[in-house]
Amino acid sequence: MSIGMSVEHIGADPHGDRGGPAQPLLTVRKLVKHFDLKKSFVETMMGGGKVVRAVDGVDFNVLKGETLGVVGESGCGKSTTARLLMHLIEPSAGEIVFDGETVGSPALPLREYRRQVQMVFQDSYSSLNPRLTIQDSIAFGPQVHGVGKRESMTRARDLLARVGLEPSRFAERYPHELSGGQRQRVNIARALASEPRLVILDEAVSALDKSVEAQVLNLLMDLKDEFGLTYVFISHDLHVVRYISDRVMVMYLGKVAETGPAEALFEHPLHPYTRALLSSMPSMDPDRRTEEAPLAGDPPNPIDPPPGCRFHTRCPLAEAICAEQTPTLAATGTRETACLIHEPGSRHTQTGAAIYAS
Amino acid sequence: MNTTMSLPAKAPDLPLQPRSAGFWTGVLRKLMRDPVAIGAGIVLLILVLMAIFAPLLTPHDPYQASMLKRLKPIGFEGYVLGTDELGRDMLSRLMVGARLSLFMGITPVLIAFVIGSGIGILAGYAGGLVNTLIMRTIDVLYAFPSVLLAIALSGALGAGIGNALLSLTIVFIPPIARVAESVTTQVRGRDYVEAARASGAGAVTIVRVHVLGNVLGPIFVYATSLIAVSMILASGLSFLGLGVRPPEPEWGLMLNTLRTAIYTQPLVAALPGAMIFITSISFNLLSDSLRSAMDVKA
Repeated sequence: MSIGMSVEHIGADPHGDRGGPAQPLLTVRKLVKHFDLKKSFVETMMGGGKVVRAVDGVDFNVLKGETLGVVGESGCGKSTTARLLMHLIEPSAGEIVFDGETVGSPALPLREYRRQVQMVFQDSYSSLNPRLTIQDSIAFGPQVHGVGKRESMTRARDLLARVGLEPSRFAERYPHELSGGQRQRVNIARALASEPRLVILDEAVSALDKSVEAQVLNLLMDLKDEFGLTYVFISHDLHVVRYISDRVMVMYLGKVAETGPAEALFEHPLHPYTRALLSSMPSMDPDRRTEEAPLAGDPPNPIDPPPGCRFHTRCPLAEAICAEQTPTLAATGTRETACLIHEPGSRHTQTGAAIYAS
Repeated sequence: MNTTMSLPAKAPDLPLQPRSAGFWTGVLRKLMRDPVAIGAGIVLLILVLMAIFAPLLTPHDPYQASMLKRLKPIGFEGYVLGTDELGRDMLSRLMVGARLSLFMGITPVLIAFVIGSGIGILAGYAGGLVNTLIMRTIDVLYAFPSVLLAIALSGALGAGIGNALLSLTIVFIPPIARVAESVTTQVRGRDYVEAARASGAGAVTIVRVHVLGNVLGPIFVYATSLIAVSMILASGLSFLGLGVRPPEPEWGLMLNTLRTAIYTQPLVAALPGAMIFITSISFNLLSDSLRSAMDVKA
């Protein structure tokens, strides 16, 4: 029953596709977020004080209907990027363009943007109001956007059924009466309730048991087909990202290291960081056992990131030039890499060498 | 792939779960299983009923003095709890005194609960500069010891019940506002508030739907614990002649006027104090039980 209804909802959506299928759904340009460290009085007077460069100039596109996986170590700026995309925190600089319209411009005010973009958080418990029944939680979003109470409740129940929770049993329960997997289904239903076009999944399955995780992943893929959604899927779990993503973006210390189609990127990583990251992935196949040493230690402090290429302090292929010249994110075909080795004309000795042609 | 889709179809045989009870129903059920809460509740109920029906219950006129029957001991014929320094029946005066004492204990806290919660939630939700401005102003009041502030305000405003109520209200606003602010700041950082913001809701809607329900409970528990303090402070003001005036019976005032009899009739002189003690400890125990009953995870 929910399927028919949902399709109708989408058909009646006055805020549908604008720029056509070739227009990226989301274009992020030079997105920067610096957090001020707590300053002492003197530093404030001197105008100094340091900043944490959580996201430091990130460019990427999210194409219509795709799933963009975002991977990286803890502290690389994945979650900050998600919160910036939702405008939960104000970017320090940069621009977010949604289907051809700049977010916050008169053509696309923030409130309208927020109806079309929704987020699922990692902590399924703290992302549901403990004092509201789950159908009230789900119906909240539509009500904010002027949908009547009765219709929002009907929609909430339809969505509950759609995410695999029998409405007659679950609609009037409270979050603490559900399991983690059930709660995360509720969160997904909640995100879908305002009929978004883009859903940001910030570690949405990371806190779940493996078996439940698989169920929720499959549910997400089904919902994507059914509602014509686009996902930004943030995770530290490389297997999951490979499974669900069409394209993958690798982040390191607030910058994009590499983007590319999932299979190509996992089979032939271009950036040394991606290689190192993938080598930390245990393989099931004894013939393809991990040979490259995984990275040791933590990434450098984002308060004082290393000059030049941010990865040069841990990169096995680093040369002196890497500490001086900052690589640009350059496109080669469908791939983009920020590494001097792949930058024609850089003074890295291995530039142009087909080192990864394995 | 199909496991998720067929989940609801797989489990139709399960008995229909009873409609889950609301939050407050659950709190009430937990309170009913807590012997301390029941005991304190019964004591308070008796006190309140006693205060309400005092005119019907008093064995003697609480204002009727008698020079012949001054300072009679507990159990004196016809006077179950003895008489005070003017020969008035202690039992009757304690019963009628409950009206003013409870009123002086509850009213300032109730008003301060409304105002303090408003200020604290505003400061906590707004954050940043607004928070700093509001909370530092509140801190100025908070810096005074509450007894001193109450006495100073009452003294400045003049004696009388109205002024005593006003000064007690002002005394209780800062602590309630501080609790409200800290709870609100916590709730504001939760993901469900972020999610509500992400769905485009305005601040007023978010506070109404998502903040109030999660914040008022803890503030209320804290406020109930202040009722005891308020009663003691009100008694103190009356004791100093800044609150209720004689011959009106009020426990604090009675304690004051009977202090001269502490050597001749110590038990009778201590009775108003005992009433204050019983009432305030009952409120404290009840608010403790309320706190643990409202803990969802327990």
